[in-house]
Amino acid sequence: MASENGCGLCKISVNKIGVRKGGDVLLSDVSFELHCGELTAVIGVNGAGKTTLVKSILGEIKHEGSVGFESHDGEKISKVTIGYVPQHLDFDRSAPVSVEDFLLVGRTNTPICFRRNKKLSKELDEALETVGCLDLKKRRLGELSGGELQRVMLVNALYPLPELLILDEPVSGVDAGGSEQFYKAILNLKQNYHMAIAMVSHDLGIVREFADNVVLINKTVLKSGSAEEVFDSEEFNKVFFHVPGKEVGI
Amino acid sequence: MNVIYSVFSLLPFSWADYKFMVNALVAVVLIAPLMGILGTMAVNNKMAFFSDALGHSAFTGIALGVLLGIKNELISLVAFGVFVALVITRVKNKGNTSSDTVISVFSSASVALGLLVLSYGGSFSKYSAYLVGDILSITGKEILCLLITLVAVVVIWVLIYNKLLVISVNPELAASRGIKTSVYENVFVVVVAIVVMISIKWVGILLINSLLILPAAAARNVARNSRQYLAVSVMFSLASSVGGLLISFYADTSAGATIVTVSAIIFFVTYLLRKK
Repeated sequence: MASENGCGLCKISVNKIGVRKGGDVLLSDVSFELHCGELTAVIGVNGAGKTTLVKSILGEIKHEGSVGFESHDGEKISKVTIGYVPQHLDFDRSAPVSVEDFLLVGRTNTPICFRRNKKLSKELDEALETVGCLDLKKRRLGELSGGELQRVMLVNALYPLPELLILDEPVSGVDAGGSEQFYKAILNLKQNYHMAIAMVSHDLGIVREFADNVVLINKTVLKSGSAEEVFDSEEFNKVFFHVPGKEVGI
Repeated sequence: MNVIYSVFSLLPFSWADYKFMVNALVAVVLIAPLMGILGTMAVNNKMAFFSDALGHSAFTGIALGVLLGIKNELISLVAFGVFVALVITRVKNKGNTSSDTVISVFSSASVALGLLVLSYGGSFSKYSAYLVGDILSITGKEILCLLITLVAVVVIWVLIYNKLLVISVNPELAASRGIKTSVYENVFVVVVAIVVMISIKWVGILLINSLLILPAAAARNVARNSRQYLAVSVMFSLASSVGGLLISFYADTSAGATIVTVSAIIFFVTYLLRKK
């Protein structure tokens, strides 16, 4: 993995994203910006449309509006590399596929059951080192704990080195130790590779600690800004602490 | 082949003097790696039932050949096998019906249709040899056909292996990486269909699936990565095929059945040895 800035981007603009399914409005007029070298957290209650927003940015579902990419000198870029770590990877845990196998298949066309290319193997070691999971290389994918698997998925999302990294509740259901290691890896990426990171999260403590910017959504953007600005806002209180007929403080 | 016969005749074993045994041995040495290789992905993609149905559809393939007056049964067998493989894959991917139900419908329908046509006029006994196959009847020309198939399958395998592996881990993940999953899936099922149909005359409709699935299933019990999985699957396949054939010669039993029994024993032993 290259140690220099892997990002030729300056900002990613999410412009007026809207998604309808049947008669229901899942998202409407969602706009915000993501910047390189910053971690932007998308928060909201269940059903607020967070995963729908991720799928729209990835281009997996039909949506209104657009996602624009701009370089440092203000030029528009038509296509950028996006790395994606899904919330949960559903796979056959008894399959004889090692972490090394899983990560190498995307990097070469030579069947991975043949002799391995030394250069590729070295690159993979470096990538695993970046997220602190070199020791997992020879393990079977199905043997990994939730946190270990998510770090391996992170390594997978980092090849080819993306300009935008999207994490969809990456450590939901992972124990505290695994979750801490995962965020350490993310912090390392943000500081050393200058990529834009968008993270959907339920864990408000983690968001407060790691996010540079926070976007609060509930079908549309309710509030965006720094973690403090959003957490102290009236909108945030309403969404997370409002019980009908009863006002509850933080 | 004459060179091979003369080499084998130098061996101090009674079976090596029989041309049909030498032919059968060369044939299983070619069929075994084919099955061992393809079986790994068939098991990974949970296609054991699919390949079983494919074997059963051979009846209709032969029946079609009879109806259309095709002299070489292999042509109608392969053509119908490829057709069934593609249709099952398409219905499975398109519909909401669970895949085992779809496969079961195709399996029973094609067995019934085949039997119906072949038994017309009471002439089924002619085709009953297909049920258990007869590896001892293979000719030199047919062995050449197997060799060409083996080479072709290895070439295709090299080209699609990595993509198939990602798809077998998670199809959505593969699609997000720009892999056209349906294309690779179709290429794979077509290759399986061709290999199954070419081998069925010698292995038999009832046993072909075991030959494809058992070595890979046994390899899964002991392998920890993709390389071991493939190597061990081919090794188990070769060991059970050659071992089974030689045992059948001395024990005077059906070659196909003995091969599959040895395969099954290997599976159970590895199953007991596997790490929990």
